[in-house]
Amino acid sequence: MEVAKLTDVTRIYRIGEVETRALNGITMTIESGEFTSLVGPSGSGKTTLLQLIGCLDRPTSGQVVINGKETTNLNRNQRADLRKGTIGFVFQFFALIPTLTAYENVEMPLLLNGKSPSERRKRVMELLEAVDITNHAHHRPDQLSGGQQQRVAVARALSTNPKMILADEPTANLDTENGEQVMEIMKKLNKETGTTFVFATHDPRVIKHATRVVTLHDGLIEKDSKQ
Amino acid sequence: MMNYFKMAYRNLGRHRRRSILSGLALALGTALLMFIAAFFEGEMRSSMEATLRLNSGHLQVQDADYDPDKLSVAWEYLIENPQQVAAQIEALDEVQAATPRLFASGIVSVADESIGVQIMGIVPDSEANAPYTEGLVSGEFLSADDREGIVIGLPLAESLGLKVGDQLNLLVNTSDGSVDEQLFTVRGIFTTGTTAYDKGIVFLPLAKSQAFSGAENHASMIFILLKDREQAEAVAAAIQGPGYQVKTWTELNELLVLVNDFSDAYLSIINLIILGVTATVIVNTLLMSVFERTREIGILSAIGMKGRQVITLFLAEASLLALGGITFGSLAGWAISAYYGKVGIYFGDFGMSNDFILQDRIYTILTPDAALNLIVTAFIITVLSSLYPARMASRMEPVEALHKAQ
Ligand SMILES: Nc1ncnc2c1ncn2[C@@H]1O[C@H](COP(=O)(O)OP(=O)(O)OP(=O)(O)O)[C@@H](O)[C@H]1O
Ligand SMILES: [Mg+2]
Repeated sequence: MEVAKLTDVTRIYRIGEVETRALNGITMTIESGEFTSLVGPSGSGKTTLLQLIGCLDRPTSGQVVINGKETTNLNRNQRADLRKGTIGFVFQFFALIPTLTAYENVEMPLLLNGKSPSERRKRVMELLEAVDITNHAHHRPDQLSGGQQQRVAVARALSTNPKMILADEPTANLDTENGEQVMEIMKKLNKETGTTFVFATHDPRVIKHATRVVTLHDGLIEKDSKQ
Repeated sequence: MMNYFKMAYRNLGRHRRRSILSGLALALGTALLMFIAAFFEGEMRSSMEATLRLNSGHLQVQDADYDPDKLSVAWEYLIENPQQVAAQIEALDEVQAATPRLFASGIVSVADESIGVQIMGIVPDSEANAPYTEGLVSGEFLSADDREGIVIGLPLAESLGLKVGDQLNLLVNTSDGSVDEQLFTVRGIFTTGTTAYDKGIVFLPLAKSQAFSGAENHASMIFILLKDREQAEAVAAAIQGPGYQVKTWTELNELLVLVNDFSDAYLSIINLIILGVTATVIVNTLLMSVFERTREIGILSAIGMKGRQVITLFLAEASLLALGGITFGSLAGWAISAYYGKVGIYFGDFGMSNDFILQDRIYTILTPDAALNLIVTAFIITVLSSLYPARMASRMEPVEALHKAQ
């Protein structure tokens, strides 16, 4: 089943007179259950592509279909709605809400999805267990290590059982051990629940785990290989 | 909803000093406004009260030709048989007191000092004299058959160095256009709390003033106090008679009534200005938070928070600030108003016009209505003005978050 389908997608950034063609016509599909890496040199368009798949942004031209749904013409709120049930995000710099505890950060998407308190509690505990943060559930992000923060971010991305998780350089700010741990967790979830994962990364340790590697260059797909 | 407030509370806690300062700005504004409202209310009520009690009464019956500015005691301007007329009016249910008063102009001299005064002939035992009898600071009030006694105000006594028992020379303009003079003994000295009034008036018993000025069996007016001043029109209609004119307190105090009516509008403008300033502080605080939290708002949006929910989050912050600031401010405003309601604020001699008496000391009065009005307005203005930063936050694109994460 196709989770995401992009057809001839371009994204041009305009700052004043300067135009940057970040994506130059990308056509690709992401199948359910894939564990895909987007790789390529800096500036090749990985983050931009991830943002389009995640409906955080709109393409300059072309089509983005998520879960069979055409997203090009959705407004800001409709895109937020689409995201909150189907797509989870893990960002490079952990991106937790600093005023909320680990527990509350993971709970946030569940709140936004209108889950009942008992459902929320059960799910949050389950996830904190899965990423091994139970002992730090009531710490705020600044009281957690980078690796712990990134694990919380993964737990948050997973909380609503999204079909697809998009991660932008999830290990870039982690040491080898923590990076490996985060990858193991995601890999395990991918196997057990069939959740689709797409990473943008430079990190060979991440690429090593991938089942598919898409290489970008100057906004075009240079190579697409299953491994 | 609870969760929004929890988040809002913690967000305010992130920059505790900034939050406290903007809360304080709001508190200060609220307290200031409460005090201003209480001051206005106190001033309006006291000048209304003083003007009615001292100057105009609730109703006056005058001769059709009477001119209050002339102080003439020529018979053609006066009411004949005033005691009788007053007695008839006082018999009415709605009337608290009706008493004849005669006004003449005169000059008080002691040794080589002279001061122009208004001579008021009064019926000493009338209830309408309460402001004077209650304000007696030494000696006693007049009796009806006193032929040599006079009661004077404290500032006049002080400026002429007069004490109870001392004598003064009083010169009067008589009804035939000439003058007469006589020595009087100071029986009592009074104060009404309005220096401007007290320094320009002296009291004689009605009978003595009539004889002294040649007004004989006449008076300038029947001064009437009602049990309820709202009945002035009705009573005025009932006591109408040929050759008389009956004036109500609203007719007698047009300026005061006008000022009173305008004071609400005036107050509203002050409210808007001060609340506008405080709202700017709040908006500024929230704008700063919005800019600082661009990334965070992007993250919230990325995980599915909708624009409306982002707005709610910021409105919750504004509401908490407003709640804290306004609660604190109203307590302070109430305390200050209560304090000055007890001890008063001293302004001294304001000067006085015929239709406007201001007392030397103004006591603030904070009505529950005014307080509630202010609290609600301050809250609404604060929350409304925070809509702007809140909307700005809600329109941020989530792309920002990923972008800034790089
Ligand atoms: N918001 C933006 N405004 C203008 N130009 C942008 C913006 N975001 C990205 N770009 C440009 O688009 C191109 C692709 O950027 P993108 O962030 O997708 O690259 P990337 O592959 O993620 O790079 P990196 O590996 O360094 O993260 C770059 O030339 C970048 O400068
Ligand atoms: Mg990138």
